Amino acid sequence: MAKKASTTRATAETMAAKQREISVSEFFAKNRHLLGFDNPRKALLTTIKEAVDNALDACEEAGILPDIEVKIEELEAPPSATKPGRYKVTITDNGPGIVRRQVENIFGKLLYGSKFHRLKMSRGQQGIGISAAGMYGLMTTGKPMVIHTKPNKKKPAHHIELAMDTSKNQPEVTIDVETDDFPETSSGTGTMVAIVLEARYQRGKTSVEAYLEQTGIANPHAKITFIPPDKAAEDPEFNTENESPTASRPRERAEGNSSESPPAHAGGSPSDQIVRTIERADRIEYPRTIDELPPETQEIKPHPYGVELGSFLRMIKTTDEKQLAGFFKNEFCRVPPSTVSEVTKAASSSKKTITGQTYVSTIDNAAAEKLYKALQDAKLRSPPTDCLSPIGVRQMLAGMLKGVQAEFYTASTRSPAVYRGNPFQIEAAVAYGGDLPGDQPARVIRFANRVPLLYQQSACCSFKSVVDTSWRNYNMSQPRGAAPVGPLVVMIHMASVWVPFTSESKEAIADYDEIRKEMKLALQECGRKLGQYIRRRQKMKREGERRDIFERYIGEIAKACNALTGTDTQELYDALLRQAKRRTEIADAQLDEEGKFIKDEHGRLAKDEDVIIVQNGKIASDTDDAKQETEAKPAKRDGKKVAKKKVVKKKVRKKAAGEKATLFEG
Amino acid sequence: MAKKTTKKPSGKKVTKKAPAKAKTAYRAERDAVTSERLQNLAEGIVTSALSGREPKLDVPTRAASNTKWNKSKGILQMGSAAQERQLFNMGQARKFMQTLLHGQGINELIDADKTLSLRGMFYKGLHTIAGTKEKTFNDQTESDGILEDLEVTVGSLREELHIFAKKRGTMVGNITVIDSGDTIDCRRMGSGGYAIPSICEPDVIQFEKVEADFVLHVEKDTVWQRFNEDKFWKTHNCILTEGSGQPPRGVRRLLHRLNKEHGLPIICLLDCDPWGHYIYSVIKQGSISLAFESERLAIPDAKFLGIRSKDYEACELSDDVKIELNDRDKTRAKQIAEYPWFQDKKAWQKEIQGMLRNGFKMEVESLITKDISYVTETYVPERLAAEDWIS
Repeated sequence: MAKKASTTRATAETMAAKQREISVSEFFAKNRHLLGFDNPRKALLTTIKEAVDNALDACEEAGILPDIEVKIEELEAPPSATKPGRYKVTITDNGPGIVRRQVENIFGKLLYGSKFHRLKMSRGQQGIGISAAGMYGLMTTGKPMVIHTKPNKKKPAHHIELAMDTSKNQPEVTIDVETDDFPETSSGTGTMVAIVLEARYQRGKTSVEAYLEQTGIANPHAKITFIPPDKAAEDPEFNTENESPTASRPRERAEGNSSESPPAHAGGSPSDQIVRTIERADRIEYPRTIDELPPETQEIKPHPYGVELGSFLRMIKTTDEKQLAGFFKNEFCRVPPSTVSEVTKAASSSKKTITGQTYVSTIDNAAAEKLYKALQDAKLRSPPTDCLSPIGVRQMLAGMLKGVQAEFYTASTRSPAVYRGNPFQIEAAVAYGGDLPGDQPARVIRFANRVPLLYQQSACCSFKSVVDTSWRNYNMSQPRGAAPVGPLVVMIHMASVWVPFTSESKEAIADYDEIRKEMKLALQECGRKLGQYIRRRQKMKREGERRDIFERYIGEIAKACNALTGTDTQELYDALLRQAKRRTEIADAQLDEEGKFIKDEHGRLAKDEDVIIVQNGKIASDTDDAKQETEAKPAKRDGKKVAKKKVVKKKVRKKAAGEKATLFEG
Repeated sequence: MAKKTTKKPSGKKVTKKAPAKAKTAYRAERDAVTSERLQNLAEGIVTSALSGREPKLDVPTRAASNTKWNKSKGILQMGSAAQERQLFNMGQARKFMQTLLHGQGINELIDADKTLSLRGMFYKGLHTIAGTKEKTFNDQTESDGILEDLEVTVGSLREELHIFAKKRGTMVGNITVIDSGDTIDCRRMGSGGYAIPSICEPDVIQFEKVEADFVLHVEKDTVWQRFNEDKFWKTHNCILTEGSGQPPRGVRRLLHRLNKEHGLPIICLLDCDPWGHYIYSVIKQGSISLAFESERLAIPDAKFLGIRSKDYEACELSDDVKIELNDRDKTRAKQIAEYPWFQDKKAWQKEIQGMLRNGFKMEVESLITKDISYVTETYVPERLAAEDWIS
């Protein structure tokens, strides 16, 4: 049979000749959609996304406030609507730079990085991102990745051009020189990566611009400059330093916002002005609104609940620990000695007694499985949560204020929770009203570890949680089984040491019950405040209408009384108007986070940390002071004084409101 | 408004000027009172406004809930309940403004010593509020309601406010009246009759010569025409009036005065349906909306001559005259039967029950099926002779 087969069929030998190791790079070269390079448009976005994520991670780890520039140059326009064009993408950061010997590994090797082997909250996880982008560029255009990096302020930068041998998962350096030609950065160090790739640049919901805008929202501590192809062409010699303001003629997106003054902030508290995204002739700026880096996160050991049997077996084989006690203590978190003895006892058999002193090397698979099972059954404390760095309420508000033009903003950060042994933390924010379109479903912007998720919205746990929340309770309209409709932007952020994505391209968060529940709770916290605000706003509107009516009739009444009694018309009119104003005071009132009415001494809004209300009242529209009024900010100073005032005013108002209500009924 | 009249050249000698002057004095006094009341109303508002209190008016309630049946007097009277009308109340602000606007308008009328119709008042108060597109009054109904409110608020009658309603109702008969100084002989009114003015106060209308023995009040013009053409009033020595459905204030006041001042019985010939019964009820006891004027309008001893429920058989009418009672009629009839002034009247309970049992209503005109003048020559004379009426 073997003989006969040899003519027509392959033998084991011939087959063996064809069988060889598939390199990871080769695998991904063929399956590039798994990494988010499915189409030219997405390829461009993924490339930028990976580079920006890496830059932000590096800056934060080095304690540098990120300052990132993204530039897209169109080398060849797409010849038709279906064919890609050729673009050069350059991402420059002010991070710590990369030491020369690591450049090839980081940029030229898939699955090489600092992030995969540890449980630490960071943007990238697998370490496939940027090298995959480089590989994609190389494959589609044949151009190597160009890297400039300056790890040392005093030394010149490295200029490296990098190709990749996909069959060997090995980088090939084509050019390696030292150069002084490196843009000046605030830190003196930095990295600049340029990739030429086949792509398509398009605006819209899943565009580079949307990604950067949302990155700006989730990372208010970062300053991002974006030069899209149309703007890059306009001023190729663009340089931040010598740019004259007149030449750029800024086109502002936010009114009452002086773009000429650099966004200066003190002590991390947002300034008096609303800092918003600025679109200039040659670039779009997503300014920094918070001068604080997110706190450094701690790396944690895996929690036993989050470890699967296979991983557990591997850990037993590869551990450096000699004895079980040490293994449990140092390879895991939250396994106290009492649990160790409990677990080892459960794994012991009549043949072999296992204790904490047992050598790890003597544990066979059967025993290991018993240990694993006992460990899963043991009652363990939740993993530590200092490994998480939520964006923070204040930061989210600053971010939303920058990217979304609304009138009401609120945010909430949940306490950390755990899924499958991985700690995570959910944050939500909503922006309502203002210029947002009122007749469309709410826009949901999703983040995982501060990275915007642009694709597969409906598959994402966060979107499902938005749909799950009953927004009708908060005076929003909501079609059955859909997101609420109205001028609303919902932001959801999941921070975790390990975000469970549904795929390698990191587009949607997997739907774990624990996660969905936390998301809903966070949304409900925001929703309650939103509902209060909407209700109060409606009330204010009603009061305004009431006053209009009263004022309309007062003139007539004054005239009639004048004719009957001879009382001075104006005097009577003024007296009645005073009463009308007093009775409809609510129309002038401003709202605090509870939706209660408060006014601080400047007539501005006083509020808690988790709410911002931008007022653009009618009176405010035509005076200079009005501009001031339209600018809201989280009031941090003398917050206590204001709070006391609130209480007093609340009481008075409640009383008045009660009286009114009864009068109405009568 | 004085009706063109044919004066008897050798008629009753009337001194036109003397009573007119006396009236002026009487009216001047009343005008002064009304004017003062209006001013007090405004004064109250001014005082509250200037002292920072809420301006409000007390408007006596014109509703069934505030109407009381005065059994001893046999009339409906208005209770003491009043509603506050506030300026600073969304639902009342507009009405508040309108009340004052009309108050001012009436004061002007008094000063000028002129009268206006309800419609005239609507136009007098009508203008666009400064700085808006809103009109002070949307339609006359809105204005009429305010004027009625004002009547009860100020406590002055419509006449005293120098307002009159559109006149309705006609009169002929053995009577001579002086209307605003003009002598009118109601025996010589041709086929049209004397139009009863809306204001029938003694200062406007005086009864010069009342020769009639009673007043026959019929429901509507068509029936009245029949009686007038047949000169029923001449043959039976009576006064013939008509109120075009529910009689307006002028007609009721006139009937009231003829009844009270000259002791003439008021005999009503109305349709046999709930509406006819209601008209009788209004003539007899007064209406809810004008309960405050009942003492001057109601005629507790007015009589209901017909059409009666028994007449279908008694007069041997044909099936063709039957008009079926609908559900609303039935409900209405039961409501009327529940009226306190009908409740203990066996004759009335029987009458209404009879109608309900019949299951149909009959109009006065149905008697024409017997003969054109059956009603004037047979029906009414027979009933009068037999005193076959209910009250």
